[in-house]
Amino acid sequence: MLASAVCSHRVSIITGHYGTGKTEFAVNLALAMAGEGTSVILADLDIVNPYFRSRERRSLLEEAGVRLISSSQACSDADVPALPAELLTILEDRSLRGVLDIGGDPVGARVLARFQPKIVQEDYQLIYVLNANRPEVRDPEKAISYLRGIEATTGLACTGIVNNTHLCGETTEDEIRKGAALAAEVSKETGIPVLCHVAEEKFVSALSDLPETVFPITIKMKKPWE
Amino acid sequence: MAKELWKGNEAIAEAAIRAGCDCFFGYPITPQSEVPEYMSVHLPEHGGVFVQSESEVAAINMVYGAAGAGMRAMTSSSSPGISLKQEGITYLAGAEVPAVIVNCMRGGPGLGTIQPAQGDYYQATRGGGNGDYRTVVLAPSNVQETVDFVQEAFDIADQYRNPVVILADGLIGQMMEPIEWKPIAKRDLPPKDWAACGRKGRDHHNVINSLFIDPEECNQLNNHLAEKYAEIAKNEVRWEEVECEDAELVITAYGTPARIALTALETLRADGIKAGLFRPITLWPFPEKALHELAAKEHVRAFLDVEMSSTGQMIDDVRLGVEGQKPISFLGQAGGVMPTVEEIIEAAKNALKEVK
Repeated sequence: MLASAVCSHRVSIITGHYGTGKTEFAVNLALAMAGEGTSVILADLDIVNPYFRSRERRSLLEEAGVRLISSSQACSDADVPALPAELLTILEDRSLRGVLDIGGDPVGARVLARFQPKIVQEDYQLIYVLNANRPEVRDPEKAISYLRGIEATTGLACTGIVNNTHLCGETTEDEIRKGAALAAEVSKETGIPVLCHVAEEKFVSALSDLPETVFPITIKMKKPWE
Repeated sequence: MAKELWKGNEAIAEAAIRAGCDCFFGYPITPQSEVPEYMSVHLPEHGGVFVQSESEVAAINMVYGAAGAGMRAMTSSSSPGISLKQEGITYLAGAEVPAVIVNCMRGGPGLGTIQPAQGDYYQATRGGGNGDYRTVVLAPSNVQETVDFVQEAFDIADQYRNPVVILADGLIGQMMEPIEWKPIAKRDLPPKDWAACGRKGRDHHNVINSLFIDPEECNQLNNHLAEKYAEIAKNEVRWEEVECEDAELVITAYGTPARIALTALETLRADGIKAGLFRPITLWPFPEKALHELAAKEHVRAFLDVEMSSTGQMIDDVRLGVEGQKPISFLGQAGGVMPTVEEIIEAAKNALKEVK
């Protein structure tokens, strides 16, 4: 029950600087939860990125038993930041678990502000995804500044850090360790715990000495030539 | 230097800043809005000027003014926005003002879609505005090449006093890839003694102008431009050949389809089919001679042109290069749909079947 243990609250809200790999983590998390027999909804609430969206993996998710909520293609492709009404299902039906895939940066997290009064009444966690290879968040000071920006925009407190340091196809074990060191520093400064380190399955055994759980993923958000 | 993970559009902006871009004028449009967004934050930190203009037409004319005063100026947009800039681009070409213009192409015609496409090949390589002019067109196929080309584009523009277009597609702008900030060789550039930035003790005023009312004078300008374009065609043509040494089937593709074709090549080779890739890097000047020579090789039996365009646009240049020596098949998808690895493999096999 790894996924439910790592993200132990009913609603997991995945935020972070854009390009850190939030969607890859959110999709893998929802799939893992479904695999553990949990009834789970994934909501694609990215109003920033037009490409590489979790909704592009709708059939994969639905076949695995994950219900996907996303704004209509028409709204998204017309750049209309409209949110699906179904989103309330996650907040109102307490028999479900929810994973919210949020757009990057404080600007992407703005979608949450409208739901803040409802979210705070639920068992939720605001997760901050960190990738030490993204130049804008590669040192603790900058990483914390984005984290605080997201908190200020949403009116929610961050309760967990996820180290998702990678270099696409060029990721090595050392890259993940570099990210673990950054996550540890951010955690030390903020008091927010590191929930897990995200790693492709092939790296998992080599990283078993890390103090926190290693969350195994398989790459789902592929490029057209991959 | 360690690799970093960059999104294509922000990397374009950062590359321009590193190349000494003084001014950026632009207007947001998906899928390139991260370029002006990044510029708005970071260009002023380096002493540069960012202006979000009221329209694309205004942006390109601001480029005209700033570059005419000797500044390194840039604008970026996506297909419909680039259409709006065409008047400004022909003015830049006519007045011989250097500038860098980035197009992250999306599906058309008209407003089309925000998903990636390659329907602006004609517009970029044939001159989308009026008159006899050419822009140098660099077509990167990954984020690393994009940042390298953006940096070099400023030098190419200054060397020839000509607009340079970076023709990318939305996918290149939107995707994340590891890149390295490599030192880019600087060119030995002539002084901008033509710039209209004050008389500064000269015996004459510098004037930036594309109006030449006297036909003789206008003809003279056109002849001068033709000579310059011939010089660019001689010096700047670039392409890449992958596994063409023994190829029976050669895929021609640029940008994202070239990337997809590389994956298709692996399967084709594993299936015992001798396939190669000919990838034009400069779309103008087009590597016509190199393609002609490749087509003449006995081992080459057929070509397959792959584009994110349903009618095919680059295929015209491929035909001019191949000059009827070998048959050319075509695979195209448009409107934001990309040709898949499987479709390329199938089309390649069919293209070979037809000549056997």
